[in-house]
Amino acid sequence: MLILECPYCGIHAEETELHAGGQAHIKRETVGADDAAFEAYLFTRANPRGVHLERWRHVNGCGKWFHAARSTTTLEVFGTYPAQTLTPPDDIRAAITAKHPDWSFEGWQGAT
Amino acid sequence: MSNAVSALQGVSSAGFATVTEAGLRGMITLRGDHNAASLRQAVTDIVGVDMPEVRRCTRAGERAAAWMSPDELLIMVPYADAPDVVARLSAALEGMHGLAVNMSDARAVFMVEGTAEGSAREVLAKLAPVDMSRAAFTQGMFRRTRLAQAAVAFGAVGDDAFELICFRSEAQYVFDLLSMSAKSGSQVGVF
Repeated sequence: MLILECPYCGIHAEETELHAGGQAHIKRETVGADDAAFEAYLFTRANPRGVHLERWRHVNGCGKWFHAARSTTTLEVFGTYPAQTLTPPDDIRAAITAKHPDWSFEGWQGAT
Repeated sequence: MSNAVSALQGVSSAGFATVTEAGLRGMITLRGDHNAASLRQAVTDIVGVDMPEVRRCTRAGERAAAWMSPDELLIMVPYADAPDVVARLSAALEGMHGLAVNMSDARAVFMVEGTAEGSAREVLAKLAPVDMSRAAFTQGMFRRTRLAQAAVAFGAVGDDAFELICFRSEAQYVFDLLSMSAKSGSQVGVF
């Protein structure tokens, strides 16, 4: 069972109280973007084995979106943080690199 | 004016805990910045209760304010007072990004109370992914979650008494869930 702490209400919510929202930190391509950039925004997702940054919504709770860092292979949760950020905060990065020294945010975004 | 009735008109069921529909309740959704002085002042002056902390509900008689999300409060008042309170809250929020809406007829309220036979905590623990132990869920706490497949919010109004709010359209489903969960002989005896 996946348990994530909602950064807004502090509840350690189990999976059935949450709704998954896919990859976090996607930059929206809009007016003025070329076709390749728009295609990448729509369809290309980072999908490596291991560490992922994801969007989750506390749907049966406070209703807010937040971000979670977790490993899809070990199911370890590195932490959750509010959605009002463009990049993961330093403490989340530190928690990930403590276990996965080679991991970097930029490298993960480009991974397939 | 039409005669307002609650969803299940006060139906109740007795098992190892009693489940009762609480009847009409004035409920107001108040959205806005919780740190804004005008909103905090409106809660204390107009509603007459303290501003609730995260995941808590403050009460004074029939009036209450419950924390719903970082920008939402649920204000509870007697049913007949709701339109007047909405008007006063709206006036108090003038000029700030906020909203007060009368939701009284969109919701149903249930009371779940334990008996000598068993605990009300167990009724909820069977249905919701929430730690219902006395140490974890204390009096004054208020939490939004799910009850089987329905979105609900509930708070502890006593050591073994809970107030539960759900959508009016799901009232019968929620009542059936609660009364089934409270059926005599089905208590596990954890709490």
